Amino acid sequence: MREITFSEATLEAMAEEMARDERVFVMGEDIARQGGIFGQFKGLPQQFGLDRVRDTPISETAIVGAGVGAALAGMRPVVDMHFADFITVCMDEVVNQMAKIRYMFGGQCTMPLVLRAPDGIIRSAAAQHSQSLEAWFVHVPGLKVVIPSNPADAKGLLKAAIRSDDPVLYFEHKALFPTKGPVPDGDHLTPIGKAAVVRPGRDLTVISYSMTMHRALEAAETLAGQGIDAEIIDLRTISPIDIDTIYASLAKTHRLLIVHEAVKAGGVGAEIAARVAEEAFDLLDAPIARIGAPFVPIPFSPALEKLVKTTAGDIVRAAQQLCR
Amino acid sequence: MEYERDFLRHLYRRMVTIRLFEEKVGELFLGGEIPGFVHLYVGEEAIAVGVCAALTDKDYITSTHRGHGHCIAKGAQIGPMMAEIFGKKPGYCKGKGGSMHIADFSVGMLGANGVVGGGYNLAVGAALAAQMRKSGEVAVCFFGDGASNRGTFHEGVNMAAAWKLPAIFVNENNQWASTTPYRTTNNIEDIADRAKGYGIPGVVVDGNDVFAVIEVAKAAVARAREGLGPTLIEAKTYRIKGHFVGDPEKYRTKEEVQKHFTANDPIKNFAQKVIGAGWLKQADLDAIHAEAAREIEQAVAAARQAPYPDDSELYADLYVEGVS
Repeated sequence: MREITFSEATLEAMAEEMARDERVFVMGEDIARQGGIFGQFKGLPQQFGLDRVRDTPISETAIVGAGVGAALAGMRPVVDMHFADFITVCMDEVVNQMAKIRYMFGGQCTMPLVLRAPDGIIRSAAAQHSQSLEAWFVHVPGLKVVIPSNPADAKGLLKAAIRSDDPVLYFEHKALFPTKGPVPDGDHLTPIGKAAVVRPGRDLTVISYSMTMHRALEAAETLAGQGIDAEIIDLRTISPIDIDTIYASLAKTHRLLIVHEAVKAGGVGAEIAARVAEEAFDLLDAPIARIGAPFVPIPFSPALEKLVKTTAGDIVRAAQQLCR
Repeated sequence: MEYERDFLRHLYRRMVTIRLFEEKVGELFLGGEIPGFVHLYVGEEAIAVGVCAALTDKDYITSTHRGHGHCIAKGAQIGPMMAEIFGKKPGYCKGKGGSMHIADFSVGMLGANGVVGGGYNLAVGAALAAQMRKSGEVAVCFFGDGASNRGTFHEGVNMAAAWKLPAIFVNENNQWASTTPYRTTNNIEDIADRAKGYGIPGVVVDGNDVFAVIEVAKAAVARAREGLGPTLIEAKTYRIKGHFVGDPEKYRTKEEVQKHFTANDPIKNFAQKVIGAGWLKQADLDAIHAEAAREIEQAVAAARQAPYPDDSELYADLYVEGVS
């Protein structure tokens, strides 16, 4: 299979969906003339024009709010948040408008709006440009939240999100943009709401997504050398969570470790752990373990920043503990 | 300016329907029949009716927490409005929205909004959709003097102005932001003055004179349809009722309110003008009044009889694509 970068995969998804449906357009800060800060929009304006690939004012409430309004009026907008951290500036538009409008109006409308949010730690971007805020949106009924870890899912989930009549938050880790991976040719779609078992195993289940997925895969190799066979699940969608895939895995492994880059407290791992404890306690042979960032803002200094990042070593140690 | 008699009857019918609807809703609320909160539009009828008289069914409006008048003026039906306010199944939103979230997409009414200043960008987005597909609609955002101090005002008006969108911003300056008088939170007499800062026309109009409102709205609609961009209209009025039904109104005297209502009731103003000019007779107005009153009585009777939503409706319309 051909290999392309994560960034190229999102670009292919955009171009294919914009060619397929003229109601699809994209707007955000510095996406057209600059091509996006990570090059993830390069070439799109040449192909589709500055009308459909639109540089906006630095006005997050207007970007998302106008996306909502355009969707209500029959378009299928994609809006880019520049950095996921800036969603905080337009929480009303995301939480009170985008998420609720269909339900609150009794199903009179759909909300085919995709919000792209580049997140995660990269090159000492510090406290306001490095966050992983995905868990907040898992708490909001009406939203769907996807978070790919590799180029194939980056493409497949973005295409599925654009075709969805429900509002989708699409988190894309900034440090993943230049990473390469195999992507199928043609109209490749990844279903929203379906996790993937990316490495089958029998001794414990490791659930992750986005950047830490790669640390989990590295850890699995190390663990295999020590006789521990880890099953790795890439969640891909965190709202709704594919709980059936998790339970099927636990029925086999009986041990659970959840890993994410986001702050551990109140994170996606907490939700999964709680559900498993409530609904599938009998499947467990050991306490549930979680790895996430410590409860601090992301510090600037490389010396401190590295302390909040999850490493493969952290995962190996947690897995060893679970399988003792 | 001469007007067709049918058009005059239409204006009166809509204004009187709003007045009687609001008086009835206030009475029902105090009688304990309506859950939640209601905010009445009494005394401001000429603004919604005058602006919507310059629009077609295909044009869009966004509304506010004080939205019943905008709904009726845009052509929404009284029956499903009343049922919605009662929280009943035949309501516009199947009882899931209530007074602050009535929408009727079939007439371009994109919804009331419980968030003050939440509507600007939705209208901007609808206007953007119209501009992109060259379909000719305009989008009107109604907002109060309180909402004029939200940051969303700046982001929305600036974006619409920069992109010359067919958007019209209609400020209803009723002098009260909930319990706070306009001039204690604004350093300018006229909100319309802000238009200069965006390079768009700003017009002040007597919001209690439906004919004056129609003329400025027509000019703004013509400008928008020609592709010349938005207009900011400030309609001066006065909020006759409390912020919400049940408001003890300790911040103003009954005499002050009565003085405004006696001197400048938009419906009386209309009657005096059309009868004085010999355009309509008192008997015409009386007949219209009786017809509107009958319609509202029927809507109340139907809403009282109507069922509440079934328990099975709780999750309906949360997502288009099923989530278990």
